[in-house]
Amino acid sequence: MLKNILKSTILGLVAVSLYACGGASDQEEVVNVYTHRHYEADQQLFDQFTEKTGIKVNVVSASADELIQKLELEGANSPADVLITVDAGRLHRAVEKDLVQAVESEILNTNIPSKFREPGNKWFGLTFRARILAYSKERVDPSELSTYEALTEENWKGRVLTRSSENIYNQSLLASIIANNGEAAAEEWAGNLLANMARTPKGSDRDQVKAVASGEGDVAIVNTYYIGIMLNDANEEERKAAEKIAIFFPNQDDRGTHINISGAAVTKYAPNKDNAVKLIEFLSEVEAQNFLASINFEYPVNPKAEYSDLLKEWGSFKADEINLSELGKRNKDAVIIFDRVGWK
Amino acid sequence: MDIIRKKYYWWNKWTGYALIILLFVATPLVTILFKLFASPGGSWSHIANNLLYGYFQNTLLLLLGVAALTFLLGVSTAWLVSNYEFPGRRYFEWLLILPLGFPGYIMAYTYVGILDYTGPIQTFFRNTFDISFKGSLIDIMNLPGAIFILSITLFPYVFLISRSSFLQQSKTMQEASFLLGANRTKTFFKIALPMARPAIVAGIALASMEVLNDYGTVKYFGVNTFTTGIFRAWFSMGDATTAIYLAAILMIFVFLILYLESLQRGNRQYSSVNGLNKPTARIEVSMQKKLLYSAICTIIFLISFLIPFLQLLKWVWLTHEKVVNQEFLTLIYRSFGLAAIAGVLIVIFSVILLYALRLSPFKWVKSITKVATLGYAIPGAVIAVGVMIPLLAFDKWVYDALLSARTAGLFLSGTLFALIFAYIVRFMAVGYNPVEAGFQKIGIHVNEASRLLGVRSTKTLWKIDLPLIKTTLFSGILLVFVDVLKELPLTLILRPFNYQTLATKAFDMATNEMIAESANAAVIIILTGIIPIIFLNQMIKKREL
Repeated sequence: MLKNILKSTILGLVAVSLYACGGASDQEEVVNVYTHRHYEADQQLFDQFTEKTGIKVNVVSASADELIQKLELEGANSPADVLITVDAGRLHRAVEKDLVQAVESEILNTNIPSKFREPGNKWFGLTFRARILAYSKERVDPSELSTYEALTEENWKGRVLTRSSENIYNQSLLASIIANNGEAAAEEWAGNLLANMARTPKGSDRDQVKAVASGEGDVAIVNTYYIGIMLNDANEEERKAAEKIAIFFPNQDDRGTHINISGAAVTKYAPNKDNAVKLIEFLSEVEAQNFLASINFEYPVNPKAEYSDLLKEWGSFKADEINLSELGKRNKDAVIIFDRVGWK
Repeated sequence: MDIIRKKYYWWNKWTGYALIILLFVATPLVTILFKLFASPGGSWSHIANNLLYGYFQNTLLLLLGVAALTFLLGVSTAWLVSNYEFPGRRYFEWLLILPLGFPGYIMAYTYVGILDYTGPIQTFFRNTFDISFKGSLIDIMNLPGAIFILSITLFPYVFLISRSSFLQQSKTMQEASFLLGANRTKTFFKIALPMARPAIVAGIALASMEVLNDYGTVKYFGVNTFTTGIFRAWFSMGDATTAIYLAAILMIFVFLILYLESLQRGNRQYSSVNGLNKPTARIEVSMQKKLLYSAICTIIFLISFLIPFLQLLKWVWLTHEKVVNQEFLTLIYRSFGLAAIAGVLIVIFSVILLYALRLSPFKWVKSITKVATLGYAIPGAVIAVGVMIPLLAFDKWVYDALLSARTAGLFLSGTLFALIFAYIVRFMAVGYNPVEAGFQKIGIHVNEASRLLGVRSTKTLWKIDLPLIKTTLFSGILLVFVDVLKELPLTLILRPFNYQTLATKAFDMATNEMIAESANAAVIIILTGIIPIIFLNQMIKKREL
């Protein structure tokens, strides 16, 4: 009896796995995507792509780190065609580990400015986000604000908020400071900023905004699109909290505000390379870019795309022009500095 | 009795089955351990110098805190509902299990949502009395907060196991205690608690391993533990070898917990020899005490389940139109199916392992079978890698040997097989421990009697052992079911293309900081978790009669 159960169990497992394989053996045109972007907007864009080209988009979403690990393990047999991440650091790591390939595409070169592309065209930015200062309208005069560096001054003691260093957006911000000011200055900055914090770094970007609204701190370093999401939240209190803060683009008089990208790359062993390029091209076109900007409050990389009303309201700003692959190179140094100064 | 056992050669078909299962389950673990022989990664000295002490401290404090709090919450409530008659007792028996359905990180997000600036409490004070608070009402985003969150989601493990232990304790023991003049309290400390100790410790051990595995809560609260360290080394620094070093240290913690657990059990026999397990009758107490007991259970239930659940429902009410659609039915169906398959397989495997152990007179068999349960403490992401390496090697072998061509796509990895395999490695302990406790409770004599009468081992298992431990088998399946439903990192990495579960859906929303939207999937995880919990309660009660 038990033997039979064991037998049927094994048979069942084999059947299940064969069934799961069966889906992949169809002859239809597909593109397999590993993505860190789990936004509803993306799925809608993939559906539009399928409608337009007849190519089915298969998706696995997980964190970029895990997806990179997965690509690395799968090696030449990997089914993945496209890797999409939400920051340049991870794309850089994929390049470093030789998991992605260069793509020559006129469309991509036209649609995406070179600063949003890897110099060897191994990855392409799709959208960018600015890491800005969200300050209390009640307690902060915007004339007090100037740069990320200025937040380390004495008058900001106990007033600054940001999340933990586990977070990639903070890692990339510090990486940009290392790239611009050097490692020693960056370590000093991280240490002094930590000393000025209103509380130990924790929570999400939205939590930082709420902490400003509640008066726990006066200025928070956060990404733009979270404020967009908050302003459109179903909960009235969330919207009210977001309205208590205003945003400030720092470093306008020098290098510009730190930005980070979400971007895509074609994997090295992509079995459907042509479809992969088509998908990235599709995402870089004005139509898709407008969509991303309007639904998710991200900045489109395509200069022809239009900003959403909210982004227009925030106004144009000078962005740090550093090539984003530099941030990837310095990501590890940034993490080490965070740990050394004790920024959790 | 040793004479009977010696009759059997150390090798029988059960040892054979057990070895196959062990090989199956141990492969990913061994794969990871093998990586230890590589030299440590470049980040190791950085982590050892700057972070290791903090990881140790936080992990230890978190473990001790959660152990103490789950003990307090779980054992006290279990004793109350199994020994006293008070208003609502029948309901608390299953209401207090419900928090188990709450994924830890959802509980964390929810409590922050309740207490923070835009939460219902602060909003109420602000809009009604114009009173504002600086920051969160109570700051729970720290170590004590993490202990609180993890304890209220994990105490049902202790509650569940110690309750069924209290219920099954022999009536005669306790009656003897009363006859000798001890009151209820004294009987609790001198008789019931020591007798339930293996069960209680097993429950706390389960909770401790969940704690070691938690990533969502500690990350959100900024509490750095070994698990966050593993992720930091592996993913932030891209240093897999250092991550595996940390995972190995984590495994030492697990060995320690398991060792302490078996040490306290020692050679003592806690099973009743004659199997006469009439439960003690519940006693009537004064009205004041009744109300007190009701109040204790109510408060614990409110905090650990009802209040956060209502907050989730409020979020669902705000956002369901945006989120709930046809796709949701598919999600429920898939999540349910996966969890059920994993639950049944794990319990079947546990029974085989433990039956081999039961028939074997050799101590080493016991130590070996324990290996099967180690996966529970290893972070899901690490297990995912441990599962992928051998499966990919197998796939490659299939391609090279059989197909002799590179084909896109993979045979076993990237399919449901890989996912279920990983669930089995990860959650074996959850099914194994109750089944083990079940076997221990019924004692070996019934089995030996059957064998002495010439009944074969398989038939004895079906006719004697399994019917006697039916309850624990079901509780094993259901515990795994609820755990798989909540599981996240493994599912994220190993699921096939286009495969969403409720947990991954909730997580997608939550990582996008759309907590209110993620509540839709979370509520369904919790509600689906309730069905088996009610069922489980019925099983335990039947046993009671």
